[in-house]
Amino acid sequence: MTQPADPSLEQVPADAIAVPQPHCRPGDEPDFSRLNFPGVDSARRPAVDESPEHMRELAYGLIRVLDENGDAGGAWNPGLDGDTLRRALRAMVLTRLFDDRMFRAQRQGKTSFYMKCTGEEAIGCAQAMVLTTDDMFFPTYRVQGILISRGYPLVQMMNQIYSNASDPLQGRQLPILYSAREYGFFSLSGNVGTQYCQAVGWAMANAYKQNGHIAAAFIGDGSTATYDFHHALNFAAVYRAPVILNITNNQWAISSFQGIAGGEQTTFAARGIGYGLPALRVDGNDFLAVHAATDWAAQRARRGLGATVIEFYTYRAEGHSTSDDPSKYRPKDEAAHWPMGDPVARLKQHLLKLGESSEEQHQAMEVELTAQVRAASREAESVGTLGQSKPPVGEMFEQVFKSPDWRLQRQRKEVEG
Amino acid sequence: MATMTMIQALNSAMDVMMERDPTVLVFGEDAGYFGGVFRATDGLQRKYGASRCFDAPIAEGGIVATAIGMGANGLRPVVEIQFVDYIYPAYDQLVSEAARLRYRSGGEFWAPITVRSPYGGGIMGGQTHSQSPEAIFTHVPGLKTVIPSNPYDAKGLLISAIEDDDPVIFLEPKRIYNGPFDGHHDRPLQPWQKHPASEVPEGHYTVPLGVAAIRRPGKTVTVLAYGTMVHVALAAVEESGIDAEVIDLRSLVPLDLETIVTSVSKTGRCVIVHEAPQTSGFAGELMALIQQHCFYHLEAPIERVTGWDTPYPHAFEWDYFISPARVIAALRRAVEAV
Repeated sequence: MTQPADPSLEQVPADAIAVPQPHCRPGDEPDFSRLNFPGVDSARRPAVDESPEHMRELAYGLIRVLDENGDAGGAWNPGLDGDTLRRALRAMVLTRLFDDRMFRAQRQGKTSFYMKCTGEEAIGCAQAMVLTTDDMFFPTYRVQGILISRGYPLVQMMNQIYSNASDPLQGRQLPILYSAREYGFFSLSGNVGTQYCQAVGWAMANAYKQNGHIAAAFIGDGSTATYDFHHALNFAAVYRAPVILNITNNQWAISSFQGIAGGEQTTFAARGIGYGLPALRVDGNDFLAVHAATDWAAQRARRGLGATVIEFYTYRAEGHSTSDDPSKYRPKDEAAHWPMGDPVARLKQHLLKLGESSEEQHQAMEVELTAQVRAASREAESVGTLGQSKPPVGEMFEQVFKSPDWRLQRQRKEVEG
Repeated sequence: MATMTMIQALNSAMDVMMERDPTVLVFGEDAGYFGGVFRATDGLQRKYGASRCFDAPIAEGGIVATAIGMGANGLRPVVEIQFVDYIYPAYDQLVSEAARLRYRSGGEFWAPITVRSPYGGGIMGGQTHSQSPEAIFTHVPGLKTVIPSNPYDAKGLLISAIEDDDPVIFLEPKRIYNGPFDGHHDRPLQPWQKHPASEVPEGHYTVPLGVAAIRRPGKTVTVLAYGTMVHVALAAVEESGIDAEVIDLRSLVPLDLETIVTSVSKTGRCVIVHEAPQTSGFAGELMALIQQHCFYHLEAPIERVTGWDTPYPHAFEWDYFISPARVIAALRRAVEAV
């Protein structure tokens, strides 16, 4: 029996199903006037042991430290010293330079794929400075700043990107899906969101071992729609896991704006409230705010008070990846109009205002770091770029299991001859 | 030595491992205070505390993901998926994450997790409590798939699974939790106490993964089976009077190819029995391997007796469940083929 035709369907208007739309599309003037950003004094900083139900407003406001003039203020000001701030800026600049170099390398055919974190450098770099390498990050593909902040060898990152003979992951992983246990960086998955609840499990193991270490997971605004996200919040709340559950709201999940993941309905931070977790909404382009919020959440976790949800409010200034063309779905120059500014420029401005750096020092640093990236690039390229060199083919059959079974042994023999 | 049902043997395996190894944790839906709906984890929370054995939210994906994180961080979690029919929400975590973690991280991280789950038909569970999805997991590089057929093996294999550094899907044939089943639903179930394999040591021992067991030696035809079907096959062989060799595979990955090839090369004939639907079932893989390795010894086409290619129907359970009669018919076809 077939379904009978429904004559009323002929009358369906184009907007019968409510599909959220971004405020601007290609050809429109970028317009963020609808966004209202509170001042640096607007957010109070609760004691770390305060009950989550008494701090709900923090999920709807915005924690900021750096104001429009580059001055630090408000209850969340971490009061970092000049050395720490210079180290932070250096890591962020290096991350940006690394991204630019690898993006060009992809365009030159030296690798198949690359993803930049332009505009989001403060997030990874700040968290890496707050947590230790005994803690474990469960990263996304846009927090390479963690590795760079921690001094992971750039050459090794490039070798992974080039899948060359020195690739630490033996040519098995897509470029940028790093793994660096010694640096507190969990193996990256290409399936988005899957790492979120794994981080909770890792953190539960820390609690079980009573070792004082914590975990921190990242997820994008788009991936908050996955069930993994909700599993993680629920498990973290139920078992009071020592974990920081970060959400990077960079407004775009490939071409889908954050409203498609439910961002128009409430804030992403507010998801935490429903699970009884403390939830902070933080200016993700403000290094000091990211640092302060992370430190607060880490203290909670280390004191056995459980998980914190943090939404970092930011903007993905570049395309999703080298395979993406953002001008097809948003105004070309939208990034330049992002009202929260650029994280590198803002921290630089702050240092200049403090007198902890100068334009000349900054330029000298950029020259130095550019040379560092170039040197690393040359070294990696001397090993080989994609297709020019690769690990021994036998590596393809290793580590499927701890020890290969007869099938893998036979298949390896067939390939190796 | 004690006499145990399969459930008791499984319980004993977890007990022994929790006693020996503080990194072993057990959790799952209703697995804590209540001890599991099939009582496999009974008493473990009382004995080891709620930090070692606990209830989980009804979220299979979350259970497996949490276990992966724990496993990667040095623990050996044993999780229970209440019925394997509910494992699909955890599928992504199993096949994309647990199975590949060691490979994709260059050996930096791995997930030594054991995922226990009752599977198979025969308890009037309908389509949502009766499935046999083992072939799905055998297709995934990086996962091991283990299925015991008696209490002794259940304990020894489960201990091996828990001690294994790779993720193991441990499927428990719930039809035979409390006694071996001969395929005749109109006969009373025999208790395990009358079966020699119910003599189970109380302490630690292992049955290695990847080693099949010859349950009945024979010369005329080889029968390959696992789980409940081992008992159905044995009943069928006995009733048929055919001198068949019955091999219990015990684990599908790793697979004991040598025992299979030796037996089929000797008998020249083979019947494969599994509960799962036929198309793309594990019997297909076995047939391909036998064809490849025993072709010049084969005297007859390889037979397979499997579940039907339908969901598991509630009212027709015993029309779906493989009867000894179907196995006998296949044995006859194999033996009589010229």
